Amino acid sequence: MGLRALAVNEQVALLFVIVFGVLLVALIVWFALSLREMGEPAQQRHARFARDLRAVWVGAVLFWLAWMSGAVGATLLFGIVSFLALREFITLMHTRRADHRGLILAFFVVLPLQFTLAGGRWFDLFTVFIPVYVFLAIPVVSALAGDPARFLERNAKIQWGIMVCVYGLSHAPALLLLEFPNYGGRGAFLLFFLVVVSACAQITQEAASRRLRAMPAARHIDRSFSARAWWLGVIAAGLIGAAMYWATPFKPLQAFALAALAAGAGTLGELVMRALKRDAGVASWGNASALTGAVGLLDRVAPLAFSAPIFFHLTRWYFRV
Amino acid sequence: MTRADAFGMLLAFAARLITGAQGHWKGCPPKAEQRIYFANHQSHFDWVLIWAALPRELRAVTRPIAARDYWTATPFKHWITREVFHAVYVSRARTKDASGAGTEDQDPLEPLVEALSHGDSLVIFPEGTRSAKPEPQPFKSGLYHLATQFPQVQLIPAWIDNVQRVMPKGEVVPVPILCTVTFGAPLARIDGEDKRDFLERAHAAVLAQRPLTA
Repeated sequence: MGLRALAVNEQVALLFVIVFGVLLVALIVWFALSLREMGEPAQQRHARFARDLRAVWVGAVLFWLAWMSGAVGATLLFGIVSFLALREFITLMHTRRADHRGLILAFFVVLPLQFTLAGGRWFDLFTVFIPVYVFLAIPVVSALAGDPARFLERNAKIQWGIMVCVYGLSHAPALLLLEFPNYGGRGAFLLFFLVVVSACAQITQEAASRRLRAMPAARHIDRSFSARAWWLGVIAAGLIGAAMYWATPFKPLQAFALAALAAGAGTLGELVMRALKRDAGVASWGNASALTGAVGLLDRVAPLAFSAPIFFHLTRWYFRV
Repeated sequence: MTRADAFGMLLAFAARLITGAQGHWKGCPPKAEQRIYFANHQSHFDWVLIWAALPRELRAVTRPIAARDYWTATPFKHWITREVFHAVYVSRARTKDASGAGTEDQDPLEPLVEALSHGDSLVIFPEGTRSAKPEPQPFKSGLYHLATQFPQVQLIPAWIDNVQRVMPKGEVVPVPILCTVTFGAPLARIDGEDKRDFLERAHAAVLAQRPLTA
């Protein structure tokens, strides 16, 4: 294959050229469409598309910057994303006054440490640091604050926020930095692979649930989520993953299985986040009535937060890297 | 750019990083008109939050009120209130007389009157003190006196949400939590309205800006 003849850097650069090319085409199409006269529903769809397109652009630029800036930059960049996501999460969880020290620990100690571990490639400690050590540290700090009211609930909220926003998202730079034998420096492809298959599963699932009108699996949480649509999303992700096997260290079947598993985890994670939002009583993360500023970052990164750890673990475990 | 400007930008950036400091201009646009913003008061952070939520060009002409004895005590406190925030200093003991016991002595408001005659905008917290309760306490009369003396100045009610979670009393390190400042429509003047009715109306106007989801 001609692509393999290129140097690693050139391959990754080509990848980004293709991604940005596709995005540019999408932008041009969007712009051309916006010149046309539109009815009310079309206008709404148009606006939604613009919002999604902007999110994808931001994401693509983020990945590009992460790759450009090497280990330190990537870690820092995803660290900031994780910080903003955790900020959104904690805002909607009604914490109490006694949680203050625990939250400081989460934001200013746990988060930087976890990302440092990722950036330094200390993956053995990286995977257990939060589930084992922080799992104890947060309730200890909380207990020392001396407020027994709803102790379990409060600690569960903080631990959950850390698991999703810090532990989950820290696997994105970890994937970028994971070293495969004979695959050095191509971590960007792994992360790209994960993001593409997750996005594919999401889009397929959404389109399928609109067409199929199948029974929602959990009506009170998500009216559109159905088992059939989910399976379709998983299979579509697997097929896309298998078609992209040449960019990864996997064989086609391995790529199929990994893509399906990771994407399935991502869409299930989205369902979980929707349940959490319902619990908190909001339609989307971020400020519900926001007119300006950053909105709903957590909505965008939630699937990644669930699929990245699973993808990372499976890859490391199966390939022993 | 002076050192004070740079420090101000850094501070506004930090406030945005930690709280988002989102301004929601529901009732009025952020315009360079002379205004008195009045808001609920729950934390020392309130002023910084309103200030960071304002567009940059409005920050220079919008001034807080600072207690002279506390904010001029050290050179740094004095510098930050004078150079960065352009604070209006009031003497605390005399302010208490005027707004507390309801005496009609106008003297303690003099620095504020002077600032308003210069054309500056002010941010005031009419509760007079920080309160930890969800509902703001009754307003003190200073707002009424300023409103009657300066009928052309717009009175903008504002609600600061969530800030008490960022830094509860007695803590020094702020926790990153999203906060919003909602600015409402200018409070209308009603001719011949007495002090109590006006203050109640102002109180209700601030409370009306509270987001429903909170």
